[in-house]
Amino acid sequence: MTTTVRNFRQTARIALDDIRLQNALDGATGRFRKERDQALQELPDAEALRDHFKVVRDATLADLGAHLREFESNALKAGAHVHWASDAAAAREVILAIARRNGVRKIVKSKSMAAEEIELNAALEGAGFEVIETDLGERIVQLAGEPPSHIIAPAIHKTKEQVAELFQAESGEPAPAEIQALTEIARRRLRQVFLQADLGISGGNLAVAETGSLVLVSNEGNARMVTSLPRIHIALIGIEKIAPTWDAAAVWLSLLARSATGQPLSIYTSILTGPRRPDDVDGPEEVHIVLLDNGRSRLVGTKFEEALQCIRCGACLNACPVYREAGGHAYASPYSGPIGAVISPLLFGLKEYEALPHASTLCGACLEVCPVRIDLPRMLIALRQASVSVGLPSGNEVRAFRSAAWILAKPARLKWVRWLLRVLQTPFKRGSRVLILGFNLPALAATPFRNWQRKHGRR
Amino acid sequence: MKDITAVQPTSSTVALFATCMVDQFLPEAGIATTRLLERFGVQVEFPQSQTCCGQPFFNSGHRPEAIARVKATIASLESYEAVVLPSGSCSAMIKVEYSHLLEEDPGWKLRAENLSQRTFELSEFLAVWNASTAPRSPGTRTQLSATYHDSCHMCRLLGLRSQPRQALAATGVELLEMAEPDRCCGFGGSFSIRMPEIARAMGVEKLHQAERSGAQVLVTADPGCLLHLRQCADSQDGRPPLLGIEHLASVLEERTR
Repeated sequence: MTTTVRNFRQTARIALDDIRLQNALDGATGRFRKERDQALQELPDAEALRDHFKVVRDATLADLGAHLREFESNALKAGAHVHWASDAAAAREVILAIARRNGVRKIVKSKSMAAEEIELNAALEGAGFEVIETDLGERIVQLAGEPPSHIIAPAIHKTKEQVAELFQAESGEPAPAEIQALTEIARRRLRQVFLQADLGISGGNLAVAETGSLVLVSNEGNARMVTSLPRIHIALIGIEKIAPTWDAAAVWLSLLARSATGQPLSIYTSILTGPRRPDDVDGPEEVHIVLLDNGRSRLVGTKFEEALQCIRCGACLNACPVYREAGGHAYASPYSGPIGAVISPLLFGLKEYEALPHASTLCGACLEVCPVRIDLPRMLIALRQASVSVGLPSGNEVRAFRSAAWILAKPARLKWVRWLLRVLQTPFKRGSRVLILGFNLPALAATPFRNWQRKHGRR
Repeated sequence: MKDITAVQPTSSTVALFATCMVDQFLPEAGIATTRLLERFGVQVEFPQSQTCCGQPFFNSGHRPEAIARVKATIASLESYEAVVLPSGSCSAMIKVEYSHLLEEDPGWKLRAENLSQRTFELSEFLAVWNASTAPRSPGTRTQLSATYHDSCHMCRLLGLRSQPRQALAATGVELLEMAEPDRCCGFGGSFSIRMPEIARAMGVEKLHQAERSGAQVLVTADPGCLLHLRQCADSQDGRPPLLGIEHLASVLEERTR
């Protein structure tokens, strides 16, 4: 995938013109923001907790390799299989091999951004497996044939009327546009699927090194079904999402749901340590944990390492005034919004995602709400610098900035260039604006302020 | 937010850094700033060597060009005890970003830090200077209600939220808050040129929120936001804008005459 400024603008224009989408987006992000603010205020000292969490994430990444090895060793002891996937292709291969070896036919999935990142569904379906998303939002976008448009709310761009249409098209039965009724339809349909599936694939919100456990948070209970009903469970998780200890995990969990949806905890917090034990009444016989690198380890020790502190709560998306207008699809990446604008170019290529560092006014609303205080504006500027140093901006842009720098270097130069530009702008002037070459720019004032000052100073 | 404690100025002479936007596009805001400061007994000097603080280059990733502007601006302003700007974002550039940009050059970094401590956004200066913007003859003051737009860098990088509001309130302006006063207006420098549709949608949203506050005028302390919002207001389906859009300096100057 690539995202040029032209593509970004094109997709954003579609979103801007879609009144239903704008209403859905405004409503949902507004509710998330309000709930998040309230949930943080309920903590005795949310600011101190965020500071502490930053220290925890910093320290964890400083010794990431050791924590991952500890996680692997403890997960193996608990009876899980651990796979290291250096890139998306390797991760897909591991998962496909497990499915093939076990004669799997039907696969249920709970929400996983890492799976979106490696385009797992397409790979599984291409290999002849039936894949059913069980998170309601993911199910909706799967039926619509669209990618998710928000890290925690994949179908944030859809209204309930649109969901009813999708459900009706799938089942052939009438579906009323009421949330309760739609949820019941999904539940009836998914209940059957859970019982038939022979493989469950989930993501992982965090992995705890000291016990080799995975933590999954969800609000629909589907993650619990996916990880306990089918015979095999595969969890796909990025290598950065590691908590060394349960103390660290506790801080993580106290901020994750609060920042995401404004809940103190999500409805379900599942802790999974290995496959079912002999005396367990249920649970998978086999558990595989796929640790996904896919560009992450490259960032360790660089000025972009901070981006790996992200816990995918989505708060920055809800706060971002650009995301709130453009929607998630304009980013053409599983990761949208401010964090997506930073990690998509870092993980998948700056050239491929050259528009994303520019999809921001650097307003800083993201930094303000980030539970880990990731300085996204700083990294957006650093990515813009990286773009310039590898020659990505157009020749026209580079010439424009160089000329501006040359003109502004000497007030005398500015004076005569300004005189010239004032003459040149005349035919393109519309009121206080100048419309030229598709740009809408402010018109130069008749007299610059410095001239007034010169006279004023001589009084 | 960083702790940027400005040093209290003792001399009554300040340098005015007008910013390139005010100099080239919005001279009336510079004139208002000068008159306002002079009204409070401040002697305003305008170093003619000033042009642009370098922010457009810095924000777009053109680092060498930014550093050239940064050094020239430091050289132009550093001999003054205090520097005042009618722009929150250019103030933030000088106060927050200059020393980062010059990190690798200890001599320049020191000069940047030195300047940073003596640089004031206009309303910040008025507060530090203890300038009372109370009207001279309260009885004759016309009614005015205003909604204040917090420009992003001014409120988030400099923490200046109360100063502009207090200055306005002291002139007898009735302040009516909009729903999200610190929601970005969509200007973002080169952003509004690269992604004009999104910038405009953001500006229109801001204007709607401002209109819903019921205020007669939207006030901002940043020339960038001001020009962008005026453009969004002008192009709204050809209907006349419901509210005026003014620079903080202009409103304060007019109401302290």
